[in-house]
Amino acid sequence: MTPILQITDLTAGIEEREILKGITLTVNPGEVHAIMGPNGSGKSTLASVLAGRADYTVSGGTVSFMGKDLLEMAPEERAREGMFLAFQYPVEIPGVSTANFLKTSVNELRKHRGQEPLAPAAFLSLMRERMKLVEMDQSFLSRSLNDGFSGGEKKRNEIFQMAMLEPVLAVLDETDSGLDIDALRIVAGGVNALRSSTTATIVITHYQRLLDYIVPDVVHVLWNGRIVRSGGKELALELEKRGYDWIKAESAVEA
Amino acid sequence: MAQESAILDEVVQSDYKYGFTTDIEQDLLPKGLTADVVRFISEKKEEPEWMLAWRLKAYEQWLSMKEPTWPNVNYPKIDFQEIIYWASPKKKEGPASLDEVDPELLATFAKLGIPIEEQKFLTGVAVDVVLDSVSVKTTFQDKLAELGIIFCPMSEAIREHPELVKKYIGSVVPTNDNFYSALNSAVFSDGSFVYIPKGVRCPIELSTYFRINARNTGQFERTLIIADEGSYVSYLEGCTAPQRDENQLHAAVVELVAHAEAEIKYSTVQNWYPGDKEGKGGIYNFVTKRGICEGARSKISWTQVETGSAITWKYPSVILKGDHSIGEFYSVAVTNHMQQADTGTKMMHIGKHTRSRIVSKGISAGLSQNSYRGLVKVLKVATGARNYSQCDSLLIGDQCGAHTFPYLEVANKTATVEHEATTSKIGEDILFYCNQRGIDTEAAVALIVNGYAREVLNQLPMEFAVEAQKLLAISLEGSVG
Repeated sequence: MTPILQITDLTAGIEEREILKGITLTVNPGEVHAIMGPNGSGKSTLASVLAGRADYTVSGGTVSFMGKDLLEMAPEERAREGMFLAFQYPVEIPGVSTANFLKTSVNELRKHRGQEPLAPAAFLSLMRERMKLVEMDQSFLSRSLNDGFSGGEKKRNEIFQMAMLEPVLAVLDETDSGLDIDALRIVAGGVNALRSSTTATIVITHYQRLLDYIVPDVVHVLWNGRIVRSGGKELALELEKRGYDWIKAESAVEA
Repeated sequence: MAQESAILDEVVQSDYKYGFTTDIEQDLLPKGLTADVVRFISEKKEEPEWMLAWRLKAYEQWLSMKEPTWPNVNYPKIDFQEIIYWASPKKKEGPASLDEVDPELLATFAKLGIPIEEQKFLTGVAVDVVLDSVSVKTTFQDKLAELGIIFCPMSEAIREHPELVKKYIGSVVPTNDNFYSALNSAVFSDGSFVYIPKGVRCPIELSTYFRINARNTGQFERTLIIADEGSYVSYLEGCTAPQRDENQLHAAVVELVAHAEAEIKYSTVQNWYPGDKEGKGGIYNFVTKRGICEGARSKISWTQVETGSAITWKYPSVILKGDHSIGEFYSVAVTNHMQQADTGTKMMHIGKHTRSRIVSKGISAGLSQNSYRGLVKVLKVATGARNYSQCDSLLIGDQCGAHTFPYLEVANKTATVEHEATTSKIGEDILFYCNQRGIDTEAAVALIVNGYAREVLNQLPMEFAVEAQKLLAISLEGSVG
């Protein structure tokens, strides 16, 4: 079985500063991985590097996505190959409706797979169906993308886009931050509905709370640019109870 | 950042796609401007004495005038004696049908993706082709004539409808209005003339495609549109030009007259050669466009999509003289590479309860400079006048400039004047977000720019809106950061 994602000894940073100091991680089809860790441990950097944000420079290691060299691909190629990043801070694009944005996006992915663009009627009914997953109102379709959306609406829109794009690997970057409990439940429900045996999800979060709803197969703790501990879902509960200090202390001893 | 600006640079660096020259034999006058040149042009056009006298008066005025230097643009001084003021395709008679039109010309249209046949049959547009200076082909004349509509080359109007031309030419833009209007009045070669009689709604979009085709030839178009009481007309002017090295001067004058309860909608898609990436070549576009809402409840609406020219100096304006008259200005101006644009509008409120609306969307990329300059003037007598202005600037990359010069002169206390302005940037965050959704940078810029300009594009007739949308994308290829 080819892993969906295989990260080996990945080091990366911004300008001269190294943030990821050797990450190794394997994500197999059907799995949900949670990556936890205190602020500044490198969680969002990992998400950005996987998506190909230009600000970050990879200095070492390899990343294989569905058997292909991910680091060789432009950000849009990664997306077309099935990598999806739910942004921590989704941008607002005034003047471009959510529907128009998604139509462009979906059709770019279809083109990459050698498929014809979706007919407008089929596209519209697909949108209507997928919006229900995150309980989004149809009026959002004609509104400019994220323009004037509340924090919760933006996050739901991310999951809606994910549902439309049907990624092989979805990386959720602190999707739970700033969500109230109802929004959290809705977002998690959407993610769960999209789980399948052929796709995988990486959930990046500060808090165990989200993992009550999206139950992970593996939990990793990131600290100081390294994965310092991996375990089952019970690790998340332990972190919730004890905080991160004991992990920091342990990894300091090991280092 | 370096990487991002590299991407932006690449998008900005695309070439002008409509660079080609049509090889039609031409008949040129030597360079330079004298009273004799004015006489020669007038004679060539077989004009009546009054027209020549009018031109000569304009020429005298021009001699004593100076080029305006207030626009926010820079270019080497123009030597007006180095310009050729007359060029016309060598043609004996006008063609009776498309079959008789020069195949070179038809090929040019094909390259532009504007096949005349298709235009005629599919869109119902009557096309009055102005190739360089002389109108080669006017269509749909008969059908329009049945309604009493006159749509013909200006030179023909001067001969066939002297009473109308005499009455209206220079009535909105006087010969001595500015340096370029005086120059145009002296040497204008041709242009379009439209008259819509009382109560007639022109059933089709009237359209002229201009091309600037002769090397070193100044283009001096003169357009006059008169909408008599209760009539309606929609007119579209669209332009693309072949690539060349020398700068070319274009100084057109457009005058619109709307009588009581008449409406004129004037749309422009301008895509003249903007010069190369280093700013070499390109058209200098110094245009005077003005309309007057002469009668009560009349309306004039300007819509422009400006993507071309090295330098644009253009302020389509409306004089709101009739009570309850309405003036509108919708503009998208795109500058890329080394282009410079100083464009906007003037709304002069004279009549009572007159209304004006200004929506200006500037888009700057590359090393370009884009200025909005607008004047809203409410005279003391203009009780209850209202204006709403919205001026938005969109920056692509960090080496271009956007400037806004709004002037408000309000002399009546009952007037309501609103001005809103925004500046936004297509930054790396937005582009990365689009990339992450599988949309490459160029497609992302096109998507965002079209979204940004939508309010203006919506004002264009449908088929031209699609064309304009493509044009925006083409103009900004290679421009992201």
